Amino acid sequence: MNNAKTRERLNTPKTSTWVADNIVSLIFVAFTIFGFLVSDGVTINFFLTELSSRFFRNAFLVLSLVIPVVAGLGLNFGIVVGAMSAQIAIAIVRYFEFGGIAGLVLTFVLALPIAGLFGYFTGALYNKTRGQEMIASLMVCYFANGLYQFLFLFVVGVIIKVPKTHPMIKPDGVGVRMTVDLVPVENGGLKYALDKIWEIPFMWAILIVFACILLLQLWKIYRNKNNPALYRYNKTMVLINAALSTAMIALSIYSILTNSRLMIIRKVPVVTGLLIVALCVFNELILRTKLGQDFRSVGQSQHIAEVSGINVDKTRIIATIMSTVFASWGQIMYLQNMGTLNTYGAHTQIGMFSVAALLVGGASTQKAGVKHAVIGTLLFNSMFIMSPEIGLSLFGNALLGEYFRTFMVYGVIGLALGLHVWRTNKKGKITLN
Amino acid sequence: MSDSLLSLKHVSKEYSGNKVLKDISIELKKGEIHALIGENGAGKSTLMNILFGMPVIHTTGGYEGAIEIEGKEVHIKSPHDAMNYGIGMVHQEFMLINGFTITENIKLNREITKPNLVSPVFGKRLETLDIKKMNEDARNALDILDMNIDEFLPVAGLPVGHMQFIEIAREIDKTGIKILVFDEPTAVLAEAEAKNLLNAIRKLSQKGIGIIFISHRLDEIIDVADTVTVLRDGEHVVTKNVKDTNKYEIAQLMVGRKINIERGEGINKNIVDETILNIKDLAVAMPGERVKGIDLSVKRGEIVGIGGLAGQGKLGLANGIMGIFPAKGEVEFEGNNLALNDPKTAIKSGIAFVSEDRKGVGLLLDESIESNIAFSAMQINNDFLINFGAVKLKDSAKIRSHAVKMIGDLDIRCTSSMQMVGSLSGGNQQKVCVARALTLKPTLLLVSEPTRGIDIGAKKLVLDLLKQLNNEGMTIVMTSSELAELRSICDRIVIICEGKVEGVLPPDAPDAEFGLMMSGSRHTEGSEA
Amino acid sequence: MTGIKEKGISYKDIVKKVGFPTIFIGGFWILLLIAGGFLGISMTTLLSDTIKRAGMNGILVLAMVPSIQSGTGPNFALPVGVVCGLFAIVCSIEIGFTGWAWLFASIAFAIPLAVIVGYLYGKLLNAVKGSEMTIATYTGFSIVAFMCLPWLVIPFQSKNMGWFIGKGLRETIQLDAIKGAQTLSNFLKFSLFGEKGFITFGGEKGIIIPTGMLLMFFICCVTVWLYFRSKSGIAISAGGINPMFAKSSGIDIDKCRIKANILSTIMAAIGIIVYSQGYGYAQLYTAPLNMAFPAVAAVLIGGATASRAKVFHVIIGVIIYQGLFTTALPVANLLFEGTDLSEILRMIIQNGIILYALTQVKGGDK
Repeated sequence: MNNAKTRERLNTPKTSTWVADNIVSLIFVAFTIFGFLVSDGVTINFFLTELSSRFFRNAFLVLSLVIPVVAGLGLNFGIVVGAMSAQIAIAIVRYFEFGGIAGLVLTFVLALPIAGLFGYFTGALYNKTRGQEMIASLMVCYFANGLYQFLFLFVVGVIIKVPKTHPMIKPDGVGVRMTVDLVPVENGGLKYALDKIWEIPFMWAILIVFACILLLQLWKIYRNKNNPALYRYNKTMVLINAALSTAMIALSIYSILTNSRLMIIRKVPVVTGLLIVALCVFNELILRTKLGQDFRSVGQSQHIAEVSGINVDKTRIIATIMSTVFASWGQIMYLQNMGTLNTYGAHTQIGMFSVAALLVGGASTQKAGVKHAVIGTLLFNSMFIMSPEIGLSLFGNALLGEYFRTFMVYGVIGLALGLHVWRTNKKGKITLN
Repeated sequence: MSDSLLSLKHVSKEYSGNKVLKDISIELKKGEIHALIGENGAGKSTLMNILFGMPVIHTTGGYEGAIEIEGKEVHIKSPHDAMNYGIGMVHQEFMLINGFTITENIKLNREITKPNLVSPVFGKRLETLDIKKMNEDARNALDILDMNIDEFLPVAGLPVGHMQFIEIAREIDKTGIKILVFDEPTAVLAEAEAKNLLNAIRKLSQKGIGIIFISHRLDEIIDVADTVTVLRDGEHVVTKNVKDTNKYEIAQLMVGRKINIERGEGINKNIVDETILNIKDLAVAMPGERVKGIDLSVKRGEIVGIGGLAGQGKLGLANGIMGIFPAKGEVEFEGNNLALNDPKTAIKSGIAFVSEDRKGVGLLLDESIESNIAFSAMQINNDFLINFGAVKLKDSAKIRSHAVKMIGDLDIRCTSSMQMVGSLSGGNQQKVCVARALTLKPTLLLVSEPTRGIDIGAKKLVLDLLKQLNNEGMTIVMTSSELAELRSICDRIVIICEGKVEGVLPPDAPDAEFGLMMSGSRHTEGSEA
Repeated sequence: MTGIKEKGISYKDIVKKVGFPTIFIGGFWILLLIAGGFLGISMTTLLSDTIKRAGMNGILVLAMVPSIQSGTGPNFALPVGVVCGLFAIVCSIEIGFTGWAWLFASIAFAIPLAVIVGYLYGKLLNAVKGSEMTIATYTGFSIVAFMCLPWLVIPFQSKNMGWFIGKGLRETIQLDAIKGAQTLSNFLKFSLFGEKGFITFGGEKGIIIPTGMLLMFFICCVTVWLYFRSKSGIAISAGGINPMFAKSSGIDIDKCRIKANILSTIMAAIGIIVYSQGYGYAQLYTAPLNMAFPAVAAVLIGGATASRAKVFHVIIGVIIYQGLFTTALPVANLLFEGTDLSEILRMIIQNGIILYALTQVKGGDK
């Protein structure tokens, strides 16, 4: 019983290589670079402006998927339910013409109980469909969409009487209009209510973010110095990250000082950014609590967790509720940036897109973290921006690129799910050894 | 009596009128290692279920008798209660989460937490884990076991022996652990690891923990235990000081029956001196019943019994030959080499199999008797089919007439051949299984646990049926957990232990011989009787 | 007291035998029909529409039977077969076939294509045992999304299919142009209680019976029914109910599952051809994306479960499902003018029934 063996174990070569593990992410990086090479219409400024605004729009939604994966529920397509809750909250706020920051805060507050309640039902349903959560979560979106339309197209107007003249209501007095203008925040609406609180130039944001990353790497090294056994880290990775951060810091300082072309990239919403960071931190911190440990236990083995006395069903429901609530807040952030509520379409795609983004970041149905969500959101949206450009420049048809990116969304999800099941089955196969 | 830790007083338990435990009284002292031994179904697990307050006990009407811990009567209503009374168990299957560190596993759902900013509002579940304290605790528990492995390493990839120790560390980390139950702890361990474990058990007992040691390995019991209690058919046979007994006696007590075995009337068999089945070094990967190299030969016209304790691999033998679980080795049937891992070939060459898992493997419960009976023969031998060129449709009339004949021959009690099999009684279901096998017109019949879960009257009918088939010339290999039924109809009995043939005994061999062999304590060479 | 009790039991027995979804939704349809009658909606139109839509969708629903029976669950990858069928339609038009020749050529092209694709799809399902339904859904989505590229890129020449300007195929191809619309439906078409009393051949009033299409559906039903009484079909069913039983009887379950999914894919391909001719249009690009769900819902409404289905369930299911929504549309429109209630109802019922079936799936062990 000595340590020699286990020490060796730490150094055993990994069964899969880094490339194989990150193949999906790498394909997306290659695709984006390829896009830059073939298309001449895309400037770096256009690209970064698009990417940054898409990132701030979507990151929160993608991050809301992390907890269910940790708790073993897989990819929660049911965040669409959260998005619908958000839209109900927005519709209420909009109907009574609240707006500005106060209106926005009210929307967040209203969305909490609505999403919490629906999250509870969704979680209960997942417990009933154990083992089939992912298809169930997909079907629950379609089902809930029916109820949502019933509420917005029928209940509003027929059961709840509303004035025909209200700008949100269809001219015949029944149902909410297809698109609802959220009204710019200056005019007392919700559009940009969050983004416009405080904006800073893009390169300043880059400077701050990479300075933080650099500090984090230094801290990792410091911690390891103090207790090398407990805090292990991947030395090459840390060094690469540190070098990259330093380079980016240098670049941003240079562009700020010389006021280069990069300074005209659209400004970055600070508060939105802070909320995204807050969710990142929350996702990390929750794992260090008892509840987070229970999520992990349940996620790893429901049976062992149950035997150890953890209330598995309840833990799974809590995870679903959290995910749904975060998704609803994410959808509010998304919509205040869009400026219009596409009443019957805004929510339908976000489940697929967010899941695809998370997977592109290197997550699987059983492993997901903040890192995957952030990288995934960036890579996925890069692909989204470049796809029509590639279609246009290679085939003279932007539509082709659009079809291609739809295919990528489904393909990535299908591939990730398929590979995961295939690997699990291979592992579970009974063999003579 | 001040050092009495646990005493079970006149404990009895019945499941729907069926007494599975009768008046058991056991005393466990501080620092005592008390071995518990008995065949499958002797009542060991029921007794432990009572001790741990498992829900299955309370949903079936509770138990009679009393449990005292340190002289005070207690009522253990749930596993949680058991934990609070200081009773712990080291499971046979590891309850470890592979992705977690050793500390996290030891502290599973007993994590130490400290308050943080939000926990006063949102409750204890949001308190931060105190990893440092958890590591310290884990360290202490591991130190007691002399394990100097780092507590912050992940469990995945550790050797099995280590995993077992982590399980033990988890139990002794629980505050106030007084009684520790080990359920077949050495079953999965290599010899050196098992030795380590026994040493650790001794050390724990020296610290005053009372230990209940469930094992079928007699040598280990003699080696480590202070006292031994033998259970048989739910009855408390004896409790003895290990010093005053030996493994031969324990083995005899474990197997012995009050009633003598009834061998049938003068068996005039025509066993030909021709080997019909010859198995060489067969290994089978059946979960829970691994076979690790069996050599066996069967003569034409014999009934060979395959016996042994659960989990030792006796069930794997037939399943391996039939190709239901991955198998490796050489099997010769009627002089030809039999391809393994290929059920179709096995059936085609004339071997039929009645599975031990009647409801899971043996039958289509929602289908009629006739479709069950005809199924295999239709698929393998193309019986009961009408050919329209390439299209083969089932011939319902032929199936019906055959099924009706079988129902008559085997005396299957049913309303008609179209009755769903699921609604038949256990014994009649078993007969349908046999009928399906017979429809294949086999030369060798493999029957596993033919009387499992059927009542006494039906048992006799099934056994008589096998005997009759054998008299008509069919060779039978029957696997059973019930030694008595093997001894009542088999010509010789092969005992399987730890995946290998332990020995071969005539049906009238003394009880102790069977007991020793089943416990793997008497190694005999070769496999021929 | 006892009387009530007995009644309770017998009521429960009926529910158990017929199935809760069938009774609930079937009852709902009947209620709507009665409501429609009071509102003065023409019953003959309703019945004609129901029969027409049931005939159009029947074979697509039938495609569920082999896959469910083989244990791979409802064929959520129905679009895979549908795309095969659409490709065959397009090829057949490109070659220049019209009318009956177009129909038969389409079916003839579709079958070998579906066999190959179904084989590969079956292989895929064998690799992902335990999560077939989820994987199937995304396989379907992916294939539909992928096929958008060839629809746009393959240089088809036929003027009947291309955009007037630009490259690629149209989203909706009118089959009138190649005399393909209602080819099958109009074959031996007659109407009941129409112009000339009880039966009018070729009539346009009364309850219209699209004989050819129904006949096609019937032939497919009988084929599937017979297949599951053959040696191979019986093996598939056994493998679906109890894989260990089948294995111990010497059956290669993986092969069975592949066979079943080939059959299902063929049915889907033929199904979309029959559907398109009945509809009069072939819809390409993203149109097949969500085609699996109505078909799955229909077979479940007919009394099937995620693990057991019969041809009988298909017939009952497709009639109730299509009947319900053909009836709901005019009734809802009359009752609540200007609302899209029937479409909402369809979403709730269709997806609710699938969710209900998922909660009944066993094997979700802790």
